Amino acid sequence: MARTIKLRIWRGNAKDGGLQDVTVDANEGEVVLDVIHRVQATQMNDLAVRWNCKAGKCGSCSMEINGKPRLACMTQMANFEEDETITITPLRAFPVIKDLVTDVSFNYKKAMEIPAFEPPADLKPGEPRMEQIDVERSQEFRKCIECFLCQDTCHVIRDHEENKKSFAGPRFFIRIAELDMHPLDMLRNRKQKAQEEHGLGMCNITKCCTEVCPEHIRITDNAIIPMKERVVDVKYDPARWLGSKIRKRDGIL
Amino acid sequence: MSEQLERYSYDIVVIGAGGAGLRAAVEAREAGLRVAIICKSLFGKAHTVMAEGGVAASMGNVNESDNWMVHFRDTMRGGKFLNHYRMAELHAKEAPERVWELELWGALFDRTKEGKISQRNFGGHEYPRLAHVGDRTGLELIRTMQQRIVAMQQKDGRETGNPESFIKVFAELTVTEITKENGKVSGAYGYWRESGKEVFFEAPAVVLATGGVGKTFKITSNSWEGTGDGHALALKAGGNLVDMEFLQFHPTGMVWPPSVRGLLVTESVRGDGGVLTNTDGVRFMFNYIPDVFKDKYADNEAEADRWYNDQANNRRPPELLPRDEVARAINSEVKAGRGTEHGGVFLDVSKRLPADVIKKKLPSMWHQFYELAGVDITKEAMEVGPTCHYVMGGVEVDPDSAAAVGVPGLFAAGEVAGGMHGSNRLGGNSLSDLLVFGRRAGVGASEYVKSNGANPASEDSLKVAHERIEKPFSQVGGENPYALHQELQEVAHNLVGIIRTRAELEEAIAKIADIRERAKSVSVSGGREFNPGFHLTFDLDNMLLIAESTAKSALLREESRGGHTRDDFPGMNAQWRQVNHISSFNGDHVSVRQQPLPSLPKELFDLFDIHELEKYMTPEEIAKGGSN
Repeated sequence: MARTIKLRIWRGNAKDGGLQDVTVDANEGEVVLDVIHRVQATQMNDLAVRWNCKAGKCGSCSMEINGKPRLACMTQMANFEEDETITITPLRAFPVIKDLVTDVSFNYKKAMEIPAFEPPADLKPGEPRMEQIDVERSQEFRKCIECFLCQDTCHVIRDHEENKKSFAGPRFFIRIAELDMHPLDMLRNRKQKAQEEHGLGMCNITKCCTEVCPEHIRITDNAIIPMKERVVDVKYDPARWLGSKIRKRDGIL
Repeated sequence: MSEQLERYSYDIVVIGAGGAGLRAAVEAREAGLRVAIICKSLFGKAHTVMAEGGVAASMGNVNESDNWMVHFRDTMRGGKFLNHYRMAELHAKEAPERVWELELWGALFDRTKEGKISQRNFGGHEYPRLAHVGDRTGLELIRTMQQRIVAMQQKDGRETGNPESFIKVFAELTVTEITKENGKVSGAYGYWRESGKEVFFEAPAVVLATGGVGKTFKITSNSWEGTGDGHALALKAGGNLVDMEFLQFHPTGMVWPPSVRGLLVTESVRGDGGVLTNTDGVRFMFNYIPDVFKDKYADNEAEADRWYNDQANNRRPPELLPRDEVARAINSEVKAGRGTEHGGVFLDVSKRLPADVIKKKLPSMWHQFYELAGVDITKEAMEVGPTCHYVMGGVEVDPDSAAAVGVPGLFAAGEVAGGMHGSNRLGGNSLSDLLVFGRRAGVGASEYVKSNGANPASEDSLKVAHERIEKPFSQVGGENPYALHQELQEVAHNLVGIIRTRAELEEAIAKIADIRERAKSVSVSGGREFNPGFHLTFDLDNMLLIAESTAKSALLREESRGGHTRDDFPGMNAQWRQVNHISSFNGDHVSVRQQPLPSLPKELFDLFDIHELEKYMTPEEIAKGGSN
């Protein structure tokens, strides 16, 4: 049942590197990560690759497979033609450390810039009451496994290092949306801050992030667009602007 | 080397950034201390993300009859009364508070109609008890605590100008040694995985929160990180491991295709109505209800089916027996030739629930089977079989403070700690365990540091740690670490697995010793920069110690109980219930000795029906009626 397949794997470090051809066996039902592990165990013991759960739940094995940002553990070998050469490269939007491992610290820096969850000061443990329907909107965004494929594919930063400073990226737009829609969060103006401080305005809704999301989170439709619309509404409607200053939401607790 | 060595000084070093480690770090920061969090992976990737079903806490939101005493009883029953009673007691009492506080940190659990946290049924739990978020509860826990830590760092940034002034995360760093000075912990030595450069953290207290040992076995639900690092670090630092023979084989792992073999299929599938059948189409679990559980589990399909809608008047379906029972049953069915061609049995939820409900309640299961096995679980049955999932054994600790016995300054919480779950853990009790004892370890370590102060390390202790890291590079043409790891996994799986015998365990001990001898000459190719072969040499060393401890403990225990089944001693024996197995390490080999299990105090003894206790305890223990 095993077949021999051809891989072209990028090897190198921050200074230099290139694609290396390798042939390896693949068995029925295997995913790209299995094949990479076989290369590592038998031919390239020091091949660097990140992975953890191998079940699409931790978001560690992000890489580019034939140029597409993917989780290696969720990419079936059966998707490729018998004689196809599969090209495996590190995430392009982040600096290479070694082989398929990149420096994703950009994302952790951005996480630090998003204002934290802010519950009502007098709320006691066990007190919150929330309707399922009200938590579901934020729950969709909390499915995020932080694989950073959306960050990698986003053209605002993919080939524009200069934009990174002022752009948080799709992963953090859904984080802001999640907090903004969180029934217990009291911090105001999250959307305005997304626009003014985190670069929401730079997104021009090409939906590339939604397409690569392994959790199928509707990043653009459910997070980015609603926030953009509300920012515009509030900005240009004085009554709504005033309303937003008076009370964020009533009657939820 | 000392001039190049990167050095840090902290009050507390937490090794492991899963649920237990993060909860400990939060607590230590709240006590005003400086904490280093070290993890082998990126921040937020720990194995806790894999926990699916939920976190057990007797909040009584779905059935108000639930309380800590019922949860305590279920936990002791599940562990076949080998649990450390005090850990099970603290766990049952404190779990609800630990879940509720997560909500104030931003967690969004699924809700009941009244808007409270919803709770689901799970194996061995008398009432619906597991707070959950679909089937991705672990991710919710880890993300909530990760974000809590970021929130604390932001606050520290506002107050001190440096967000990392109190808590700093050191991701992708392996700890190879706990250093000691004057018999007490002085720090942790390791290396950056990215660069291979060595680092020393000077700290008077270290909290081990490194999780489990699954990677010792061939078929496991654990990620690569589960290599028993904390277990081995504790042994080498002079600590003890308790009851390492008890390993939980989760009854339902995927069995096909080969690349996903062992991957977990959450127990929620059964909690939500999934049934197990063999290839004859027989719902076989009715044939495997042990005597001790006969009054709690239905012996016919009609009653089992009624239970889903009327739990007050019916006994539970036997699919929801504790995990050890279900795993052994599946194993027996497959051995008797009633398994699938891939060595599993069928688990089917498609005939019980409508497709949209399955997708809503079990979204990641649907996704996992659809993407990885080409199976649509809303239409077809899943193929499942046992997979090595959890180690009940672990570092011997003081229940209240999580302090490791015998090593001042060392603490352990979560899966790496032993005692809490006895011989078998109930589903849902691991997430609550890591919250309750993660917090307690944070408190314990903080109090220890405040009363003991600093304990500077000597250069000699660092030199030893440094030489060990350098060794694999100085050896040429030695053994391949990948090949040795594979060999160990075969030995552990075949000889120390779900069913054991004296002869096989003796063979395993000899083989493990042989692999350990050969591992001394292991060599690695390439440089220090992000080199997985190099990383594996340390993991391998840890796994070999764990395997030795497990095999030796298993050989000594001549009975079957929970996660330890001896074909040559099939029954449970009340005499053996009074015995813990304590592993220690002398620098050369692991020895195992017996130690009396702390006995139930009267007030906890009295929580049980005496007739139930008679099934587990000796007549003398029953006559005594508790220890005080």
